[in-house]
Amino acid sequence: MGAVKAPEIDLSVVDRIIERRGTTADKVIPILQDMQASYGYLPFPALQYLAEKTDITPSQIYGVVTFYAQFRMTPMGKHIIRVCHGTACHVQGAVRVSQAVSDFLGVKDGETTEDGLFTLETVACLGCCSLAPVMMIDSTAYGQLTQAKVRKILTQYLEREKAE
Amino acid sequence: MTRMRVMVGLASCGIAAGANETYEAFQRLIQERNLTDVQLEITGCNGLCHREPIVEVIGPDGHWTYYGVKADRVPEIVEGHLANGQPLTKWTFQEGELRDEIEAFLSKQVRIELRNCGRINPEKIEDYLAVDGYKAIEKCLTQMTPEQVIDEVKRSGLRGRGGAGFPTGVKWEFARKSPGDVKYIICNADEGDPGAYMNRSVLESDPHSVLEGMLIAGYAIGSSKGYIYCRAEYPLALKRLYIAIDQARERGFLGEHILGTDFSFDIEIREGAGAFVCGEETALIASIEGQRGMPRLRPPYPAVSGLFGKPTNINNVGTLADVVWVILNGAEAYAQYGTARSKGTKVFSLVGKIKRSGLVEVPFGMTVGEVVYDIGGGSITGKPVKAVQFGGPSGGCIPASLFDTPIGYEELTATGAIVGSGGMVVMDADSCMVDVARFFLNFTQDESCGKCTFCRIGTRRMLEILTRITEGKGAMEDLERLEYLAYKVRDTSLCALGGTAPNPILTTLKYFRDEYIAHVQDKKCPAKVCKALIHYTIDPAACTGCGACARVCPVQAISGEKKQPHKIDPAICIKCGACYEACKFDAIVVE
Repeated sequence: MGAVKAPEIDLSVVDRIIERRGTTADKVIPILQDMQASYGYLPFPALQYLAEKTDITPSQIYGVVTFYAQFRMTPMGKHIIRVCHGTACHVQGAVRVSQAVSDFLGVKDGETTEDGLFTLETVACLGCCSLAPVMMIDSTAYGQLTQAKVRKILTQYLEREKAE
Repeated sequence: MTRMRVMVGLASCGIAAGANETYEAFQRLIQERNLTDVQLEITGCNGLCHREPIVEVIGPDGHWTYYGVKADRVPEIVEGHLANGQPLTKWTFQEGELRDEIEAFLSKQVRIELRNCGRINPEKIEDYLAVDGYKAIEKCLTQMTPEQVIDEVKRSGLRGRGGAGFPTGVKWEFARKSPGDVKYIICNADEGDPGAYMNRSVLESDPHSVLEGMLIAGYAIGSSKGYIYCRAEYPLALKRLYIAIDQARERGFLGEHILGTDFSFDIEIREGAGAFVCGEETALIASIEGQRGMPRLRPPYPAVSGLFGKPTNINNVGTLADVVWVILNGAEAYAQYGTARSKGTKVFSLVGKIKRSGLVEVPFGMTVGEVVYDIGGGSITGKPVKAVQFGGPSGGCIPASLFDTPIGYEELTATGAIVGSGGMVVMDADSCMVDVARFFLNFTQDESCGKCTFCRIGTRRMLEILTRITEGKGAMEDLERLEYLAYKVRDTSLCALGGTAPNPILTTLKYFRDEYIAHVQDKKCPAKVCKALIHYTIDPAACTGCGACARVCPVQAISGEKKQPHKIDPAICIKCGACYEACKFDAIVVE
């Protein structure tokens, strides 16, 4: 986990977002979503700055950030692996898929690999139930997975990373 | 001149099955062959998820639908059909080997909500206009008063498709009669039930019909502002909604003085942030207001005091898509389908251990068995279907012995399950019902917002008991304790999340009590799912010594000489199932 260094926080990102979204309290979720899209996570100094610049209180910001599963206050890996644990995936062996990813990358659910390349997450349903079991890497969904297929897909990602 | 149109099904399911590569292959080959009279387009999902990627070819020789078009099939289709006019009938719905199977899947369905899915390009408003798009709102604005619109919807018998099944017209009437200058329409697109994806499909395949439904609702209750609350896990649905809204604004279907009338309406999208409870309407409202998504006490109902304290009407994606059809075709046309109390059709996502999985839209009144066997083709594994789980974490299991139950709101509720959002997950002998109950409880306790004590703590206690049972550490008293807690959680929770969370436990206890008892008394999992109660061995008679199992074992628990039967060391084995999956000779035995 420790290998991922937070970059210098550029607060002008927040200025640009609130210029577009507005500063009222009801806009807090879209603002945080934009911030996370820019920074990759929600850096604490940026959240403090947001509270200073808008009508949104620090308690509201912290309350919202900790309530919704989407928000993170720590940096994520370059690629996000979301293993679906919806009902259809569960009965078709989602646990084995998670196990295969875990074994291959050496991380548990919610963790990021030491090289900062992958974050493993478990999600409730990706809505591709007929292709169960499914995982999504970034925005690409992979269906009808077996443990062998998972290893093959992850190997491809690793090879691509090495080539870069 | 366009001689042929090629439409590649690019909804999320299709993309996961490789449809992007299919599209790129068509694009490349059409260009290489210089087929300037062939137009390549995208379309949405036609519901045959198990046969994706699906490609439609519409030309002078008719309308052909190809299934299973991975990129490697594209060169043959381009050369044979597009260039030389010879359809490759072997891969088509119309004349291929799978014709009867596809016919069985489609013939009993009635497509109202899914009418345009997989038939139009969701990113082109022209395609929607060509299928009478925005004609329903035009009819409302030019020929009907808001009261007449509400009356039409009431007479259709349409009930909310999100789960609760409240009559839509009545809901609109409440919001219309609530005093206030500012009123809001919200489209609930926060589809969160694991195993249900009909809303995603409509949003990705036919977004304009949802916008049009919101316009009609807005006109009916007297609102000029709508919100779509869509979960962020649906990036493609969001992308197509943004495109559709821009197009509708350009054409004057959204904005000021729509179609030259006094009616103005605009729509804003709010992306969910990953909280299942926000599918509950008061929690959803709190989320749009920028708060933690926690439900509020009702009354006051949102129709009286909703978003920002104003009268608010919330409808599900499917309800809004249905409304458009009702206005165009009339209440009677809609009400001809269904039963006395459940009118029209309902979309179900038929998934799990089913042969033909996908989205199916059927008239209410069809039996559970007809959907599972006639449309779905029964179990995919060859083992008999044991049960169907309806309605996700809020729903319950219906055992195969009750498959002659007609599908309807009241009928399903009588069994302990619900119609709910329409998830239908099929289970066979390999599905452990205790594990399924534990799965749902794990979900609901994780998603409980924590406001009500019994939901917050009760779901956790129930999960602990279920976990204990699946680990073979349960006692018979645990079953009574589970039931006691289930009723308490149901009766003391503010919203439907807690109120329905016990349903999976109550129905599995009711219909599959023997499986619980097997876990508790015999320390056995009859379906061989619960890890603590099974172990893996190798049948020496079947093992060929190929070593495939040993190579995939993540903990090196398998040993043996080449071409000699191998062995699993139970002390090292973590029961991950990798060897079972890898063995081609059925030599891995689970007991």
